[in-house]
Amino acid sequence: MDAAALQQGLARWRALSNDQVARLKAVLFALCLLPLALLAWNAWNDALGANPIEAVTRTLGDWALRLLLITLTVTPLRRLTGLHWLTRLRRMLGLFTFFYAVLHFSSYLVLDQFFDWPEIAKDILKRPFITVGVMTFALLVPLAATSTNAMVRRLGGRRWQALHRSVYAIAILAVLHFWWMVKQDVTQPLIYSAVLTVLLGVRALWREQERRRQLGGAYLPQVRRGKIIPIVSRRP
Amino acid sequence: MLILRAADIAPSEITPRELYQRRREFIKAGLGLAAATALGGGVLVPRSAPAATPAAEPRRFDGVRKGPFGSDEKPNSFKDITTYNNFYEFGSDKESPAEYAQAMKTRPWTVNLEGLVHKPKTLDIDDILRLAPLEERIYRLRCVEAWSMVIPWVGFPLSALLRQVDPLGTAKYVEFHSHLDPRTMPGVRLPVLDWPYVEGLRLDEAMHPLTLAGVGLYGQALPNQNGAPLRVVVPWKYGFKSGKSIVKIRFTDKMPQTAWMKANPEEYGFYSNVNPNVDHRRWSQAKERRIGEFRKRQTLLFNGYAEQVAGLYTGMDLARNY
Repeated sequence: MDAAALQQGLARWRALSNDQVARLKAVLFALCLLPLALLAWNAWNDALGANPIEAVTRTLGDWALRLLLITLTVTPLRRLTGLHWLTRLRRMLGLFTFFYAVLHFSSYLVLDQFFDWPEIAKDILKRPFITVGVMTFALLVPLAATSTNAMVRRLGGRRWQALHRSVYAIAILAVLHFWWMVKQDVTQPLIYSAVLTVLLGVRALWREQERRRQLGGAYLPQVRRGKIIPIVSRRP
Repeated sequence: MLILRAADIAPSEITPRELYQRRREFIKAGLGLAAATALGGGVLVPRSAPAATPAAEPRRFDGVRKGPFGSDEKPNSFKDITTYNNFYEFGSDKESPAEYAQAMKTRPWTVNLEGLVHKPKTLDIDDILRLAPLEERIYRLRCVEAWSMVIPWVGFPLSALLRQVDPLGTAKYVEFHSHLDPRTMPGVRLPVLDWPYVEGLRLDEAMHPLTLAGVGLYGQALPNQNGAPLRVVVPWKYGFKSGKSIVKIRFTDKMPQTAWMKANPEEYGFYSNVNPNVDHRRWSQAKERRIGEFRKRQTLLFNGYAEQVAGLYTGMDLARNY
């Protein structure tokens, strides 16, 4: 497909009605539940292999990480395609990330350790990959808690955004958690790291370009009128 | 050395053998059904399905007698033992060995015994199988990843094989080299470990009556994913110390550099005795999950074989010599 045809195709997708976005959201909701449904189906049919507890914990962790990376893909993808309604799917993806993270952590607490609190405490304090895992989870909680429109209003856009930028640190910690968990073959963590590097890399690149544009005096009037949040401080 | 025998287990208590034979019929029937569905409906047979059945009719050993040191615990199922494997040459996840190991050819197969010995030899696997009467030994297996199984091995004391070459007095260690074939082993295409897989034991550990030359399980020849046609079984050490698909045994006077020691010397020491008090650098070894059980169990010193083997390590600091 040539570039013109691609643009044309995208153009048709750019203007979606609220109804259409709502329908897309419903489809996405079902899709996000699919990994859990598949896991439940396999558990029911005794198809999780010889060590089902390990299989459950790992599958849930895998999906928490995958959904986190998918959530982080929304903004760059929107910028590349001009499909602005993608942003309206982002909150759901973020909350499903949290949903799988809750299940992953619960699976560790209940299935793996079965509420053996002394052992769990030792694990968290002594095992770096578990320490990092718990930290990652703890950092996700405030993001989930401030995900509602009311909370965005209460915090104010700027503060809300500042808080939610911690998702970048969370993603790095999540990959690190995975990396330190594997015994020797780091192929999988490497793949996730590469994806995350690209996702954070394009953000850094675009931010740098924006900074230069602002330094060059582009759209100063809009900045003054508060329409654009400046990266470059107004009082140098 | 005083070697105490654990109470022998009555054959009736392990009975599942008949059941397992029938179970394979079930699996075959199920597979046939799946294949029929696939042909009829154009549905793909699940990728993991063929793993449960060996490529050919497995060889059954006759006249296997009950060996000493048997555990009275309930063995894990044939399916668990043959579908949840660490055999990194075929991939680092647990399912890959059962899937890919079928491609490994275990005949013809020879084993070189060399190094500090009076009579170096190359032995054919079928001659090795006749070296000593085959015994069934139900051993616990504790993986360094904190899970465990109970496995009814078939084999004979490794010492019977090692004696064939009459080790020199200077031989202090034994190295076990595993088969390496990049064409059939997808896992060796990545430098996860320094291939071929090399493991090692002190000579007295290798000659210990508990140490087994494993050739089968559940009365039949070892499935490929379990280390066919010949493997080492050292039940008081973490599983990775028991090399699989052995092609070379080397007697040396220096402590072997094993594949795992080279990969990560901080985490994997030469001895690697099961020890609940000496943690892995990244996780606790105090407990283990017996495959098939929900709650974790306490891990036992030397995997419960302290009575037999603690004497090998008298005066040694087990935390330092991990």
